[in-house]
Amino acid sequence: MKEAYINAKILDPHKNKEFIGDIIIEKDKIIDVGPNIHKKEKPKNYTNIHDCKNLFICPGLLDMRVSFGEPISEHKAAFAGGITAVVCLPNTDPVVDNVSVAEYIQRKAREVSNLNLYTYGSITKNFDGENLCEMGLLSKAGVKGFTDATKSIENSAVLKRALEYSKAFDSLVIQFPEDKNLANDGVMNEGEISTRLGLAGIPSIAEVIIIERDLRLVEATGAKYHVSCVSTAESVEAIKNAKKKGIKVTCDTSPQYFTLNEMAVEDYRTFAKVSPPLRSEKDRVAIVNGLKDGTIDAIQSDHMPQDEDNKRLPFNNAEKGIVGLETLLPLSLELYHNKSLSLLDVIKKLTKNPADILNLDHGTLSKGSKADLLIFDPNKPFIVNVKKFKSKSKNSPFDKKPSQGKVIKTICSGEVSYPA
Amino acid sequence: MKLLKDSKRALLKPHLLSVEDLSIPEVDILLNKANFYADANKQKGKIEKTLKRSTVITLFFETSTRTKTSFELAAKRLGANSIGINASASAIKKGETLIDTAMTLNAMHADVLIVRHPDSGAVKLLSEKVNCAVINAGDGTHEHPTQALLDALTIKRNKKNIKNLNIAICGDVLHSRVARSNILLLSKLGARLRVIAPPTLIPKNIENLGIEVFTDMKKGLVDCDIVMMLRLQMERMKGLYVPSTKEYFKFYGLDHEKLKKAKKDALIMHPGPMNRGIEIDSSLADNLDRSLIHQQVEMGVAVRMACLEMLTLGIDK
Repeated sequence: MKEAYINAKILDPHKNKEFIGDIIIEKDKIIDVGPNIHKKEKPKNYTNIHDCKNLFICPGLLDMRVSFGEPISEHKAAFAGGITAVVCLPNTDPVVDNVSVAEYIQRKAREVSNLNLYTYGSITKNFDGENLCEMGLLSKAGVKGFTDATKSIENSAVLKRALEYSKAFDSLVIQFPEDKNLANDGVMNEGEISTRLGLAGIPSIAEVIIIERDLRLVEATGAKYHVSCVSTAESVEAIKNAKKKGIKVTCDTSPQYFTLNEMAVEDYRTFAKVSPPLRSEKDRVAIVNGLKDGTIDAIQSDHMPQDEDNKRLPFNNAEKGIVGLETLLPLSLELYHNKSLSLLDVIKKLTKNPADILNLDHGTLSKGSKADLLIFDPNKPFIVNVKKFKSKSKNSPFDKKPSQGKVIKTICSGEVSYPA
Repeated sequence: MKLLKDSKRALLKPHLLSVEDLSIPEVDILLNKANFYADANKQKGKIEKTLKRSTVITLFFETSTRTKTSFELAAKRLGANSIGINASASAIKKGETLIDTAMTLNAMHADVLIVRHPDSGAVKLLSEKVNCAVINAGDGTHEHPTQALLDALTIKRNKKNIKNLNIAICGDVLHSRVARSNILLLSKLGARLRVIAPPTLIPKNIENLGIEVFTDMKKGLVDCDIVMMLRLQMERMKGLYVPSTKEYFKFYGLDHEKLKKAKKDALIMHPGPMNRGIEIDSSLADNLDRSLIHQQVEMGVAVRMACLEMLTLGIDK
């Protein structure tokens, strides 16, 4: 039987269109999209007709950088955040550096929920930075790209080989850019605030130096390359110039890098300790501009659950990372509310763009595609409350933040996954 | 900690964690009281036991001789029961978290907890979990407020007024909590601050704190009234900062020749412990006409007495 969602403001990032219309789904597929199409058939032919007056419908979000670990239990948080597909970092224990782990994760995910869960493989075995993984076999096993997660490939020869080799399988190599020698034992951005707090700083140059080196190798090899978690003005500049030059490069950032700056760690707030660290206001503005001018292609949550015991420690010893699934949409919508981006452009960076980068069949509302939908109200005000998070962990610096934009319904494979 | 209804408290905040927490009138109160105790300590006069029936616990996660002794002596002179906990031999080594340690000590109803910790911000974290007054006796490379107060008192007793003095802080500024606290406090009191150090030991954007930065010691010392030397903290140096101590002494060690650039009556300070022959010429350190190093230690006890008294004033013991 068919379900009709009618009179919705439809955002189709694939066709680059925004219109008022209906979406008809049957089982797990979208069977028709367009203005007033539900009238083609008699009402009794639909199980339900949902009038979505004033609400927006877009494809379910695709979050291209999350850490789930095992057991996989964060699907409820993903659905609550309007996300219908995630790509997990290979930073599990054991690392996704061989086919059996990759297959185990995918199988386990299917058992738990219908969330589209993909995984990356590591570039090097056990993130050792030296020995390449079986990229071919892993690609065949369904891995969507290769990254050493929160570690940069430091050795230029290793990265060159990885880029060259990945071409044989048309695989994507994803770099987390941070020079570990320059970052040293730093725990926050290097600058006046780190000086005042007496915390060791990570200079912003630690990021761009890796990107600039990598771009040389990408230019030389012609491989598919993506930069994750861009956080500095210099990085945006470097990638912008590379794109102008015609080098094949894509990149993403997380909401914390365009909504917060280093001031968030004042008073040693470990909940704002992330990697890369929150940068200066100048950097934050540059990230917004990078999103505006298209330099930054995608927005991901960099969801990294940590239990409170790992955060309630002196700043030096606290773990990095924040839970981001349930704040991804409202924080990204700030770009729309403050008129940096159009609503359609915000949604593109959360759907079509990451899908294109990863060559995934998501982010589209075309007839015959999977019924993964997000129904949301971009204007609805609310206050972030971590206690209401579906995520098991509550490590978010955004608690109590007044926000705008609520997920009304998440539909995954035709099923209403949120509210459950 | 119960605050009395008609609070007689001298300090606004319940803890002494950072110089930034102190207003100028509060600094004045502390320094005046400390000055009184400095004289009283000298005359071996009878000191009112204002901390009688109070319990003071020193909890040091880093080794210390001077600061720990100084605090314990200060507590004893005011009549408090003081207990020292050697953190290296305690439950912390057995994996207890800082917050659990705080809760445990809290349950023992101390009045003042004096804490030193190798991580910046750790003392503040601990202070959020206890009901007693907490004094930061040094946290990582962040702050050491009582050191800055004792330095201010030492300067005040020798130069009368701190306002408009030229004060140079020289050496390992990057790893120094003493430097941070002194920059904040002495600037607050109207001195003109400058730091002198090799570029690798200058924290990023420190000029934003309203001070001058020099990498040439001879230029930096011109017109200085006070030359404050810092210990080269070899134990905190992960990685390369200076090629050798020999080279360091040549360019950044205080010797007779470099000191000539400062004012004729410039005085030398050092928070100790000193690396003789690395940051300071041995004979200069011992020159009683120029060096205030021993006076600093003496003022330390007086300042800590004042801090203990002022923090517990108005508390129902």
